[in-house]
Amino acid sequence: MDSYSLLRHFADSWALLALVAVFLGVVVWAFRPGSRSLHRDIANIPFRHEDRPAAGDSAAQEALK
Amino acid sequence: MIDYIKLGVLGAIAVLAAIAANYAHDLAYMVNALTVMLAAAITFIWVLRRIDEPRPAPVNEYNDGVIRAGVIATSFWGVVGFLVGVTIAFQLAFPALNFSDLTHGYLNFGKLRPLHTSAVIFAFGGNALIMSSFYIVQRTSAARLWGGNLAWFVFWGYQLVIVLAATGYILGATQSKEYAEPEWYVDIWLTVVWVAFLAVFLGTVIKRKEPHIYVANWFLLSFIVTVAMLHLVNNLSIPVSLFGSKSVQVFSGVQDAMTQWWYGHNAVGFFLTAGFLGMMYYFVPKQVERPVYSYKLSIIHFWALIFLYIWAGPHHLHYTALPDWASTLGMVFSIILWMPSWGGMINGLMTLSGAWDKLRTDPIIRMMVVSIGFYGMSTFEGPMMSIKAVNSLSHYTDWTIGHVHSGALGWNGMITFGALYFLTPRLWNRERLYSLTLVSWHFWLATIGIVLYAASMWVTGIMEGLMWREVDAQGFLVNAFADTVAAKFPMYVVRGLGGVLYLAGAVIMVYNLWATVAKQPATAGARAAVPAE
Repeated sequence: MDSYSLLRHFADSWALLALVAVFLGVVVWAFRPGSRSLHRDIANIPFRHEDRPAAGDSAAQEALK
Repeated sequence: MIDYIKLGVLGAIAVLAAIAANYAHDLAYMVNALTVMLAAAITFIWVLRRIDEPRPAPVNEYNDGVIRAGVIATSFWGVVGFLVGVTIAFQLAFPALNFSDLTHGYLNFGKLRPLHTSAVIFAFGGNALIMSSFYIVQRTSAARLWGGNLAWFVFWGYQLVIVLAATGYILGATQSKEYAEPEWYVDIWLTVVWVAFLAVFLGTVIKRKEPHIYVANWFLLSFIVTVAMLHLVNNLSIPVSLFGSKSVQVFSGVQDAMTQWWYGHNAVGFFLTAGFLGMMYYFVPKQVERPVYSYKLSIIHFWALIFLYIWAGPHHLHYTALPDWASTLGMVFSIILWMPSWGGMINGLMTLSGAWDKLRTDPIIRMMVVSIGFYGMSTFEGPMMSIKAVNSLSHYTDWTIGHVHSGALGWNGMITFGALYFLTPRLWNRERLYSLTLVSWHFWLATIGIVLYAASMWVTGIMEGLMWREVDAQGFLVNAFADTVAAKFPMYVVRGLGGVLYLAGAVIMVYNLWATVAKQPATAGARAAVPAE
């Protein structure tokens, strides 16, 4: 089989399936239970640190915990 | 030590550029080589004059100098791009304005048209994207830009790309690919600058102090990465000589056409859409002082856009040598794309829910809302025009031009104006804008200008589409091409006037931004003093 037909066949079948699965997985993941408070926190990122970066690295490590 | 290496590299570039200018096969290449030589020499002197000076590392503050430069560059290139646009609009209405005898054809419509498209998309839009990327990624990562002065390299390197491309077009260096006209050496230089841009952006994201990456950064990162990929593939070409601007494309025939419109449509999708959506997801919540309406919707908006846009390119090639299945694929994906686009529009608009009263008092929010409205309108119009039956009427007509401008003037232009009004007082430490009345003037001039532009192009586009396909009882075509040109004259004048209004609004904006900085005292406030630029 020439490489065009081979790639075309692969794109039509497994690649298509994988891409659709990844996309649906992303949607399901966004709606997972418990994501609401996390998303509310992320949505408020623009309202912090307007004037200057977060303080030194140690403080940042604290924030990550 | 690093300064001495810089001097060596810059000196070598200047000498090599001088040699290249000496051996140049064509005028465009020679002028471009001389420009590079000049740029390298100026940078050489600048580095030399501050060599071995102690440079205290800035502690705990954002790198805003390069963003201030970006605000100035965006405003400047915006006015230049709109001015060239108004010029070519009147050249179409009144061909005498080409002044072909006087300028020997160097300022004909055919030369100025790519100058206009590149100036507004890549100079105005590109600078707007770079400056807002740098602003947004710092604020949402709570970290200073990565790479020190690499951000300045990105800024000046990008301005050099613009100048090389613009002078090249006028003097005849073009590879004749729409929105990818610059020749091989400009392409290589843009690649270098773009990789540096990616490094600065990604480096800042990686050293972020916020645990999560805000959605605006996703859009901006996808814009940077995808544009790099598109640029590399669509500009695969082999130069005829190292000392000439001419190059030969690696692809040919229908493959070349498909690659070009895969590039072209995704330039719209990732440069003019994803990048500007990144701006929307930051500046609209900031100006409204409310978080985005639905963060979940923004995630789905992002992934749906990424998965769908990349397939839509073939709709630019309906009824050509492109295989039928490919153009059907492009059409289907374009129509599916309508949904995530409107999801994003709703998300942007609903961010105002509970704060709609601000529309009455804040003309900047009005600008952003109109911008999102035009995003919704042009992402409905686009899928509709990609349907083959509609495309058979609309393709090659002015309807396409109208569609592009409702997106570019409405969506990209208005959100950029909103961002400039948002950024200027903050970056220069001024309490407020100089005049909100002038912002209102800008808003109405721009909006009425767009309406005149889009409406006249709808009328003239559908008219010429119908005239081209009109046949008499014997099956002969009724109209000659020149008949359609004559019939379009009134609409061309209206379109030109719409452009004048839009340009006038931009000039008012530039005055307002200048006065904001020059005519108002800096606030002391809580923020650290900003070093003079």
